[in-house]
Amino acid sequence: MTAMDTEQKVMTEEVLNKYELVIGLEIHAQLATKTKIFSSDPAFFGAEPNKHTTPVSLGLPGTLPKINEEVVTCAVKLGLATHCKINLVNRFDRKNYFYADLPKGYQITQDELPICQKGFIVINLKDKEEKKIRLNRIHMEEDAGKSMHDKDDRYSLIDLNRAGVPLLEIVSEPDLRSAEEAAAYLSEVRRIVRYLDVCDGNMEEGSLRCDANISVRLKGAAEYGCRCEVKNLNSIRNLQRAVNYEFRRQVQLIESGERIDQNTLNFDAATGVTSVLRSKEMALDYRYFPEPDLPPLHLSQDWVDELRKELPVLPEQRIKRYTSELGLSEYDASLLTNDRSVADFYEELISVSSNYKSAANWVIGPVQSLLNESGKEISELGIPASAIAEIIQLVEEGKVNNSAATQQIFPVLTASPGKQVNEIARELNLFIDTNEDDLDAFIEQAVSKYPDKVVEYNKGKKGVLGLFMGELMKVSGGKIDPKTANKLLISKLESLK
Amino acid sequence: MEKYTTLSSVQQDIKDSKLHLRQLVEAYLQRIEENKHLNAFVEVFAEEARSQAEIVNSRLLDGTAGKLAGMVIGIKDLICYQNHIVSAGSKILDNYRSVFSSTVVERLLAEDAVIIGRQNCDEFAMGGSNENSFHGPVKNNADNSRVPGGSSGGSAVAVQAGLCMASLGTDTGGSVRQPAAFCGVVGLKPTYGRVSRHGVIAYASSFDQVGPITNSVEDAALLLEVIAGHDEYDSTSSTLPVPAYTQQLDFSGKKRIAYLPETLTSEGLDPEVKALTEKTIKELQEAGHAVEPISFPYLDFVVPTYYILTMAEASSNLARYDGVHYGYRSPNATDLESTYKKSRSEGFGAEVKRRILLGSFVLSAGHYDAFYGKAQRVRRVIREKTDEILQDHDFILLPTTPGPAFGIGEKTDDPVTMYLADIFTVQASLAGIPAISLPLGETKTNLPLGIQLIGKRFGESELLAFSKYILNVTKSR
Repeated sequence: MTAMDTEQKVMTEEVLNKYELVIGLEIHAQLATKTKIFSSDPAFFGAEPNKHTTPVSLGLPGTLPKINEEVVTCAVKLGLATHCKINLVNRFDRKNYFYADLPKGYQITQDELPICQKGFIVINLKDKEEKKIRLNRIHMEEDAGKSMHDKDDRYSLIDLNRAGVPLLEIVSEPDLRSAEEAAAYLSEVRRIVRYLDVCDGNMEEGSLRCDANISVRLKGAAEYGCRCEVKNLNSIRNLQRAVNYEFRRQVQLIESGERIDQNTLNFDAATGVTSVLRSKEMALDYRYFPEPDLPPLHLSQDWVDELRKELPVLPEQRIKRYTSELGLSEYDASLLTNDRSVADFYEELISVSSNYKSAANWVIGPVQSLLNESGKEISELGIPASAIAEIIQLVEEGKVNNSAATQQIFPVLTASPGKQVNEIARELNLFIDTNEDDLDAFIEQAVSKYPDKVVEYNKGKKGVLGLFMGELMKVSGGKIDPKTANKLLISKLESLK
Repeated sequence: MEKYTTLSSVQQDIKDSKLHLRQLVEAYLQRIEENKHLNAFVEVFAEEARSQAEIVNSRLLDGTAGKLAGMVIGIKDLICYQNHIVSAGSKILDNYRSVFSSTVVERLLAEDAVIIGRQNCDEFAMGGSNENSFHGPVKNNADNSRVPGGSSGGSAVAVQAGLCMASLGTDTGGSVRQPAAFCGVVGLKPTYGRVSRHGVIAYASSFDQVGPITNSVEDAALLLEVIAGHDEYDSTSSTLPVPAYTQQLDFSGKKRIAYLPETLTSEGLDPEVKALTEKTIKELQEAGHAVEPISFPYLDFVVPTYYILTMAEASSNLARYDGVHYGYRSPNATDLESTYKKSRSEGFGAEVKRRILLGSFVLSAGHYDAFYGKAQRVRRVIREKTDEILQDHDFILLPTTPGPAFGIGEKTDDPVTMYLADIFTVQASLAGIPAISLPLGETKTNLPLGIQLIGKRFGESELLAFSKYILNVTKSR
C-alpha cells in the first residue's frame, strides 16, 4: 500500500464534502461511414493490419485530402440533435505533431471554425431531475493510426487502418458536477449517436472514446480549480472510477497545501489510479493553421433544414412522451429508449395496441431477453409487432393467460415468426375454455392439498394466495382465466374461515 | 536534325512522313547525352520514350492521335509519375518511387505526349537558382558559369538547350517564370486552382501551380489546355470550364496595361532590365495600347509576406518526410525520436531546413499573430490591390527578374539577397492570378531577359493571346 492510499483513507467525508467536482468531457465518436474522411479506403473496424490504406491515408507525397460528404452529414445531424448552431461556413485546420502513426505529421481537424457550436444535451439524474449540459462545439477530424509497442521485442508495429477514419469530437462545457453526472452524460451521448446511426457507440472497440477534464473547488467558489485531463477512458465505469479517484487526489493535494499541476494524465484501469502522461511544460505546440488543401466548407441552409426534417425522434423526446402521455414509469421509458431499434419496435407495437403498459412489459421483458440471449438485432428476429399486439389482446380478453403467453406462445412465435398467434394458441391448446364447474373442481383440489395454508390465509397471511394460484395453473394446465379464478379462489378461502 | 520550336511543325512533318517520332526522340536523347554537363535531367526514360514514340507515330499516321502527339516533354522531379522515382531534388526521397501518377501526367499521357525524363530542380522547389538540389546544380546553357534560375531550373534549361520540346515545371513564387526568364524561354504560371495539384509534391499548398515551360506561346497554350481543369482529387481545383486556349490566340484591338513605377525604381534593378522594360512599354504605346503607371505601394511587403506564408505551409507539408513510412531513414537511428531527428537532419538540405525552422517559428504559439496572422492579412491586401488594378487594366507589365542569370555560387551565402530576387514574381503568386514570362530581350553579353505579364484571375486566354502578340511586335526590333 502506498503512502497516498493510506492518506486518502484518513480523508473524512466531512473534508470531501467541502469540495465539488467540475468536469468537462471531450468525446470522440468514430463515424460509421463507408469510407474514410478524406479518402476512399474503407473505414470499418476489424480488417487485417494496413489493409485499409490508399496513398491518401498513407500520406504519400503528392496526395491531397478530399472531404467525404457523409461525414459532414453526420456532423450536422449530431449538431441538430444536440441543439447546436450549425456554422454554414466552417473550415479545417492542421494540427501539427510528430508521431509514428500519424503519416502526414499533422492531423486535419477543425480548430477555429468548427461545424457545430453552442448546443446542449439534457441528462436525467437519479432524483428524476433534468440537467442541461452545454456543448462548446462538435467538430470533424481524422483519426490517427495505431501504434503497438508490445507485439514485438525490437520494434513498434504500426497499423494505419484507422488513419483517416472520421471522428466527431464532442466537447462539453465544464457543467458536470459528479461522476454520476459524467456517466449519465456519456451514456446520453452514446444513446444519441446510436439513435442517429452515426456511430455504433462501442467503447470497447474504441468507436467512442472519452477524455475528461477534471478539477475540484470549494463549494460555492466562483473560480474553477486547476484542471487535469485524463485520457482514453474506455468505459463509462472507468470514467466514473477516474473521476472519483481524481476527486480524492486533488482534494488531498489542496488540503495538504499543495498545488495541482495542469497535467495530462493516464488512467490505469487495472489499478484504478491516474499517472502523469505529460506535464504542462511538456505540452506540445500544435501550430494550428488553416488547412490550405481544403477550401472552407459552405453548407446551404436548405440542406441543413432537410436534414433537420429527417432527424429521428430522439430518446429524450420519447422518454418525455412515454412518461407524460403513455403513463409509463421513468425507468421503463428509459429502458425502452436505450436502443433505437427497440424503441422503434415499441412505437410500432403501440400503433396497433393501446395497452401501452403491457406493450412496454412485453418489449422490456420477453423481447429484450430474447435479444440479449441471441445477440441479434430486433429486425433479425422477424417477429411482427402485430403478433405481439395479438397476444396482448388475447391476454387482455381473458382468452389466454399471461404466463402461457410468455412461456409457450412467444417461444413458438420466435421459432416460426410467420405463424398466426391464434393458431399457436390453438395448437398448444391454451385457450381458456374452463367453465365454472371445472374451475370449482380445480379450486377444491388445490385448497385440499394445503389445509395449513388455508389457515394461514385466514389468519391474514394473504401472500399464500400466489401459492394457490400456482397450484391452480398446474392442475388446470394453464387453461383458466386468472381473473375469474382469483375471484372464485378468494371466496372459497373466505368460506373456509 | 532541325530544331523544332512548335508542335504543329512536328505533327505536320510526321504526317507528311518527313519525320518519324522515333527519330525526334533519338535526337533529343542524343542532345541530352551531349549536354550532360548542364545537369538538366536527373533521369531519362529512354526506353519508354522510344516505345511510346512508336505507338504515337502510328496513331498520328492513322489519325487517332491525341492533341500532344509528337510532343516530347520533360517533367520536373516534383511531379509524380506511377512506378517512376520522384525525388523532389532531395536525399530524403532519393529512390522513392511513386505508386500513382499525378493528374497532370495522366492528362499528358492521355493526349499522347512522350515523357522523356524527370528534370533537376531545387530541393522541394525551394530556391531560385537550382543550387539547392541533392542532384547538384544545373547550368545555364547561355553561360555555363551562371545559374538557370529555379526552382524549375532543369526544366527551363532543357527547353533552352533543346533537350526536349517542352517541360512541366511548378511555380510557387516564380519557379516557372524566373528560370524561363533566365533561360530565354516562355514560362506560364496559371491561376491558382486552374491546374490540379494532385500528385505534385507540395511546397506551399496555397501557392503551388504546375505550369508549362516552352519555346512558344502556342505550345504553352496547348499544354495548359490539356492539363487544366477540375480534378476530383484536388479540392482546390476550379470547376470553371477550360477554354480552348489554342483557338483563342488571335489578338486584335487595343489593351489597357498597367506598369508599376515602384518596380522600375526598385533597389537592385539591373539597368539593362530597366531599359528593356521601358522599351517594351514604349513599343506597346507606339502600337496604340494604353500603358500607364499605376502605383503599387506594397512592393516592399511582397517578399516577406510570401516567405512567411510559404515557409509556414512548407514546415507542415514536409513533416511527412520523417523516416518512418518511406524515403530516407538514417542508419544511425535507434528509436522513434532519433529516427526523426537523424533522418531529417541527414535527409534535408540546408535551405529546406532553414525554411522548416522559420516556418515552424512563424506558426508557433507566441509568434503566430505577429508573423503568420499578419502575413495572411497582408496577403489579402496585396490580392485586393492587385485585383483592383486589374479591374481597370487588362494586364500588369513588369520585369520577371531584377537582373539576368547570376553566377553559380554568387548568392548562396546570402539567403536574404536570394529571396529578394523574387520581388517581381511573388505578387502574382500571393494574388493567385496568372502570369507569364516572355523572352523579350538579352543583355549585351547575350544573357536572356524576361518580361512578365500578369493577367486577370482565370484570364489565361487573353494573357496567352496578348503574349503571342507581344512576341511578334518585339520580334521586329
